[in-house]
Amino acid sequence: MQPLLVPDDCGLYCAAGDFHIDPWRPVEKAVITHAHGDHARYGSQKYIASPDSLPIMKKRLGESTNIATLPYGETQRINGVTISLHPAGHVLGSAQIRVEHQGEVWVASGDYKLEPDRTCTPFEPIRCHTFITESTFGLPLYHWPDQQDVFRQINSWWSANADEGRPSIVFAYSFGKAQRVLSGLDASIGPIYCHGAVEALNQAYREQNVALPETEYAGRSDVNKNWGRAMILAPPSAQTTTWLKKFGNYASAFASGWMTVRGQRRRRNVEKGFILSDHADWPGLLEAIKATEADCILATHGYRRVLVRYLQEQGWEAGDLDTHYEGEQDDQPDLEPVTAGEADEA
Amino acid sequence: MKRFCELFRELDGTTKTSRRHSALQDYFREAPANDAAWATYILSGRRLKRLVKHGDLRAWGAELAELPDWLFEECYHMAGDLAETIALVIHEDRSRPVEGSLTHWMEEVVAPLGEKSPDEQRITLQHSWSQLDAWSRFVFNKLITGGLRIGVSQRSVVKALAATFDIEPNVIAHRLMGPWEPTAEFFEQLVSEDAGEADLSQPYPFCLAHPFDADPESLGSVEVWLADWKWDGIRAQAIRRGQAWFLWSRGEELLNERFPDFDDDLRSLPPGTVLDGELVGWKDGQVLPFGELQKRIARKRIGPKILRDVPVKFIAFDVLEHQRQDIRDTPMKQRRDILERLLVNREEDSRLMISPAIEAANWEEMASLREQSRELGVEGIMLKHTESAYQTGRVSGSWWKWKIAPYTIDAVLIYAQAGHGRRASLYTDYTFALWDGDTLVPFAKAYSGLTDAEIRQVDKFIRSNTQERFGPVRSVKAELVFELAFENIQESTRHKSGVAVRFPRIHRWRQDKPPEQANTLQELKAMMPVQRLPLLEETPSAGGSE
Repeated sequence: MQPLLVPDDCGLYCAAGDFHIDPWRPVEKAVITHAHGDHARYGSQKYIASPDSLPIMKKRLGESTNIATLPYGETQRINGVTISLHPAGHVLGSAQIRVEHQGEVWVASGDYKLEPDRTCTPFEPIRCHTFITESTFGLPLYHWPDQQDVFRQINSWWSANADEGRPSIVFAYSFGKAQRVLSGLDASIGPIYCHGAVEALNQAYREQNVALPETEYAGRSDVNKNWGRAMILAPPSAQTTTWLKKFGNYASAFASGWMTVRGQRRRRNVEKGFILSDHADWPGLLEAIKATEADCILATHGYRRVLVRYLQEQGWEAGDLDTHYEGEQDDQPDLEPVTAGEADEA
Repeated sequence: MKRFCELFRELDGTTKTSRRHSALQDYFREAPANDAAWATYILSGRRLKRLVKHGDLRAWGAELAELPDWLFEECYHMAGDLAETIALVIHEDRSRPVEGSLTHWMEEVVAPLGEKSPDEQRITLQHSWSQLDAWSRFVFNKLITGGLRIGVSQRSVVKALAATFDIEPNVIAHRLMGPWEPTAEFFEQLVSEDAGEADLSQPYPFCLAHPFDADPESLGSVEVWLADWKWDGIRAQAIRRGQAWFLWSRGEELLNERFPDFDDDLRSLPPGTVLDGELVGWKDGQVLPFGELQKRIARKRIGPKILRDVPVKFIAFDVLEHQRQDIRDTPMKQRRDILERLLVNREEDSRLMISPAIEAANWEEMASLREQSRELGVEGIMLKHTESAYQTGRVSGSWWKWKIAPYTIDAVLIYAQAGHGRRASLYTDYTFALWDGDTLVPFAKAYSGLTDAEIRQVDKFIRSNTQERFGPVRSVKAELVFELAFENIQESTRHKSGVAVRFPRIHRWRQDKPPEQANTLQELKAMMPVQRLPLLEETPSAGGSE
């Protein structure tokens, strides 16, 4: 029997339903897991996405883009194939895509995490025959600390800097991670400012009724402002720009799952690394895989070879799928942000 | 230990030297003397040797984490640090912050490991790992493996101790040289005002020169500079005190056992004498290539054959202690006079000789003498200001090393391996090859010389042009050409190419060159100096006592 989903030149293709999931080239019909740049790309004729993804996708792909929404849990038939979207817990509006045809069920996870996140709907395991999983952090090195502890660390670091009169800058991807950091900040410590790329997304989140603390656009100049007690959220791409100069003697940190490893943090050249990821860690990947009760696991972007070999040794039927998500690194995602302000979490 | 783990976190958590400095000071001010002694020991890069085999650490870490070995290795390649890998792959719910003092951990847990059977070691380690939280587990592993990589060195420890206890950094540095035991008594002595009797064997901290690559005319008159050859050997101090002699390398290794042939000559010096110089292989009036000396360093036991094959000389260029007095503050010119008097009238076959002074009427003449370096088997010229004191560490302005331009050759990148520490998970360790007919023969490895941006570019190329993998090593499509620089070249039976080059590094990326235009092995071999000039007879104006 033909596999239900196969990567072709353009994306993950469902021949039975004649549509693509997260195509990397323009296609006729694209079903989108979430609005990060490597999953929701420009140029397709019709898109299907979750309602929460809609405003962000329109902002990124253009207001005139043809996007139909499909709320979580509701089904839609495309040429005899039933699709439905289910929360992936990755960022606002992120979805796993369930595809059913003649009794065969596949789920494409997109990116996901299992931890709760105040800024998006939590991950729901979906039973299926074949589960297509991401593997960004598919190494046993990655085991996320309790996020409440991480937020406490961020707040006490901010508070200590503020007491010294040093502004605190946290580099975090502008869509998803920045809002998650915001949701954990203790706004009583000082004012919160955001880089333009982050502030635009904050607005989209607020429009979807996600509660975030008050923030202000950090602006372009304001050299003489007293930033002493400020927390500033900026995308990683801002790290090497002169935009930072106005903050003077600031303390910097990076919020990412990569901060688990000291060498990565030092390469980022920041003082602090806060381990906060919107992807599943190693135990999370294994837990999610088990929860689907799938017979077959296909791994995409990240450490897919490692994950597949491990799953095979544990008795699973597993294989890897060659996709274009997160670039084309064969065993390792690119660590550098892709484009200014739009870099999605690697 | 809890406090030490915090210090470790503070040191690791900042990129600013001033913050590291104050974190160290806070620690030394608060810590009990025995803990402070151990902290000094560990942070200055010392470690208890041969405690546990790294292979065993890996296997037991993987076992406790319930990971297959290959998966543990994948993690290790990503993290680039064994201590950290073990700390991260083990997830224990019952783990908690560490209890007990640093001294307790070092003396009751870490040090006794060396005496234990592998089975007992495994039990101790796995028990400790499962009791500790991830950070303490990491620090604990570092106590065993060393290689801290947290941005502190002996120098920063010395500075912090000096500032905390208000003592001259030189005094602290001196007291830390040579062998010592990390005890409360040692630490109290280390930071005490009164020096007491200096240990007989203690060398002085070495004075190091900065590279010079400007116009020598900028140095002023040639007459205020003392010039001698920059020898290619092992920098060492020869100490004669009491009834004994000691030979220390710059890496603070005691070399006495490897060089028993210095016994007569060093004993002939008056007690209370310390010489600074270069240890070289020497035969028939000329210096041997460094590779020859290396044969001797590599041997554990020195037999009569190696003594015969690789005779050595200590070429003295400075005197730091004379008639039991520390004379490091005496101007260079006077120290040189003392040195000449000490080494005058030595036999031809003496193992001690003075580094001949190079005399030149002007910089032009000096520069042309420097051009003979390669034929003489030296690396260039050392310039020391005649009024300079013997300072600690790398000094600016008064000591210069004026090296000759390195050899360069264009070679093709053929293998790559991921780096460590900051470079973990980037392919930064490269093997280069030269043409021999239509095959590429590997001849050198190089790790440094590219910018971060170039490293990322090369890394990307490697990932998308991998041909084969051998464990962590990848063979890549022969396409990128780099100009390599190196200091020296000699025949070698241990290398496939038949030659060994010294200090190879990447000079620049030749993006303009296709791989066919890289150099050949024959061209490399042709660079070997045909004939070495005997130094003593033909060195112009060889001064001193010869």
